[in-house]
Amino acid sequence: MALRHFLAAAAVCAAAAPAAATTQVNPQDVHWSFEGPLGMYDQAQLQRGYKVYREVCSSCHSMNMVAFRNLGDKGGPFWNPKYPNPNENPVVKAIAADYQIPDIDSDTGETIKRPGTSADYFPNPYANPVAGKAANGGALPPDMSLLAKAREGGPAYIYSIVVGDDANIPAGLVVPPGKHYDPYIAGDLTSYWHGDPNKVPRGGVIAMPPPLAPGKVTFDDGTKPSLQQEAWDVAAFLEWAADPKMEERKQTGVAAMIFLVLFSGLLWMSYRGVWRNIEH
Amino acid sequence: MSGPSIYEPKTGIERWLDSRLPIIRFGVDFMDFPTPRNLNYWWTFGAILAFCLVAQIATGIVLAMHYDPSGAGAFNSVEQHIMRDVNYGWLIRGLHANGASMFFLAVYLHILRGVYYGSYKAPREVLWLLGCVIYVLMMATAFMGYVLPWGQMSFWGAKVITNLLGAIPIVGPTITTLLWGGFAVDSPTLNRFFSLHYLLPFVIAAVVALHVWALHVPGNSNPTGVEVKGKTDTLPFHPYYTVKDGFAVSLFLILFAWVVFFDPDAFWKVDNAVAANPLVTPAHIVPEWYLLPFYAILRAIPDKLGGVLALGGAIGVVFALPWLDRSRVRSMRYRPTARIFFIIWVLSALVLGWCGSQEPDAQLFPGVTTFTLIDYDVNSVTWISRIAALGYFGFFAVLYFLPMWEKTLPVPSSLFTPVLGHGAAPAGAVAAPEKKG
Repeated sequence: MALRHFLAAAAVCAAAAPAAATTQVNPQDVHWSFEGPLGMYDQAQLQRGYKVYREVCSSCHSMNMVAFRNLGDKGGPFWNPKYPNPNENPVVKAIAADYQIPDIDSDTGETIKRPGTSADYFPNPYANPVAGKAANGGALPPDMSLLAKAREGGPAYIYSIVVGDDANIPAGLVVPPGKHYDPYIAGDLTSYWHGDPNKVPRGGVIAMPPPLAPGKVTFDDGTKPSLQQEAWDVAAFLEWAADPKMEERKQTGVAAMIFLVLFSGLLWMSYRGVWRNIEH
Repeated sequence: MSGPSIYEPKTGIERWLDSRLPIIRFGVDFMDFPTPRNLNYWWTFGAILAFCLVAQIATGIVLAMHYDPSGAGAFNSVEQHIMRDVNYGWLIRGLHANGASMFFLAVYLHILRGVYYGSYKAPREVLWLLGCVIYVLMMATAFMGYVLPWGQMSFWGAKVITNLLGAIPIVGPTITTLLWGGFAVDSPTLNRFFSLHYLLPFVIAAVVALHVWALHVPGNSNPTGVEVKGKTDTLPFHPYYTVKDGFAVSLFLILFAWVVFFDPDAFWKVDNAVAANPLVTPAHIVPEWYLLPFYAILRAIPDKLGGVLALGGAIGVVFALPWLDRSRVRSMRYRPTARIFFIIWVLSALVLGWCGSQEPDAQLFPGVTTFTLIDYDVNSVTWISRIAALGYFGFFAVLYFLPMWEKTLPVPSSLFTPVLGHGAAPAGAVAAPEKKG
């Protein structure tokens, strides 16, 4: 009886929704200021996260879609209401000037490097993707502009990968040189495992060496730079980099919802009024 | 059904225009269209869908002003330019991308309403067929639209779906090459898809005009399925249904706005945040949710051509519905047995949708290996798809054969009896009191 089978299957499906087996450990349960419909970025955290990106991540990871001026946009790490035009924001200008941007000399046509302006985009650490691969054992470090949107779990995944990299390597796991164990990354560790074949650890290997360590950066606001703090802040910064319009979006959303609820109420009253004497 | 025109030109210029292009007469009669007075909220999806189409076209036209349909520039024009630099680009893109999902949500509810209340039956077969044409055009448009951001899922989705056409005997490979504009999915494919994605919504709008025309010949069906007998059964469309539909559209907008403003990535696939790369296949290629049931049917068949035929059949059989259902009773309010199969049909589609989102060999009971039957272990998503596909196609067979034995409830003699309570209360009013408009 197809029907009975079907009903049984449907019931089981409803009960056992996430049936697919995962090989990696789920990202850690991290809390963020930008959670929920009203959650906004914590500007101090974005500034700390930017510092981690600037001093650590940016030496290998590009962030092609973000311009220096974006740092001074509303909702961004260095937004200052005194400078509605972010190009005039002195912090942004100073950050940009700190970078050397490849360009063409307008007189001679020769390739040169010049100090960045707020209109420039973050320069790529490599001349091209092949150079990026060659410098990193064949694995190109992913661009960070949309990284928080490009991974299941978003910023919590980034946080977990960073704190999980090479942490607590299980005894019996021999990771090849140039690779690093991470429980939060998808993969299959069977070939590196020398213990009980039924107890292969979950997780995978990643080419990135542990990028952060306690005290790797010095935060300007005096926050203690523990590994967790650095990872948390840079993950929040990357969430901003992937979704820089979030604050504007949520603020517009609150106004839109208030309008729509009131408008629906008016329409409901009109409907009741028009249909007042109609039996239906 | 629309009856004689109620329009009387009052001024000289109106009379002059009316004898040359009676457009005011058309508008007045359109708004005055006699509509059954017992329509419930399931009948508001027509207006909601009209809103969706206009909103998609409006937001789409603005997006096209900022979009670069080239393999090298498409991804950045969306993710960098539109999402970051264009004023309110995030909003326009959010409305358009999530609008597609909202459009399909509404069209599925609209179709389910039509099936439940038997709206496809004579004399509304052409109305139904035109609706099916709109649905197919919507799927094609949505598929091509999903390719335009040129992320990994865009690219690989395009590759998987266009490859299906290659399964058609003899002409398949030629069609595929024409569609690709070459021998692989590449920049020329994107150019074609962009052009067609801009064209098809206007074709949809034209078929919608025919759909509304075909609606205005027999008039609306209604929850009882009993034909309107006269003027006392109806109300002018305006203001009665403009205000009711308006209220429903507004409620729909609350849901829509919630998604756009507070959960814009609700339907997001993480792979699409990575630019298209022909050399890296994503671990798990899945279409958007509204195509998942058909994707599951496609994969349930171990043969490529067979899968494509089953996929086509799953859509084609909906076109044939007016002739497959042989019951004389229109509304399922009075068909308790058919109603059970209707629920099974809806559940089958939902289960198929879930299956489409999973790996074909994923186990339902983790760790339990049974035996392989037709290429797949019995404890696999593919076998659930197969059983659910039986439930899906079975519904149409049931509608064909069931009327031979079906016991239906008494149908009211007019649409008045249940709604105005004249005479004895008919059984139907008791059967589904919650459906009362």
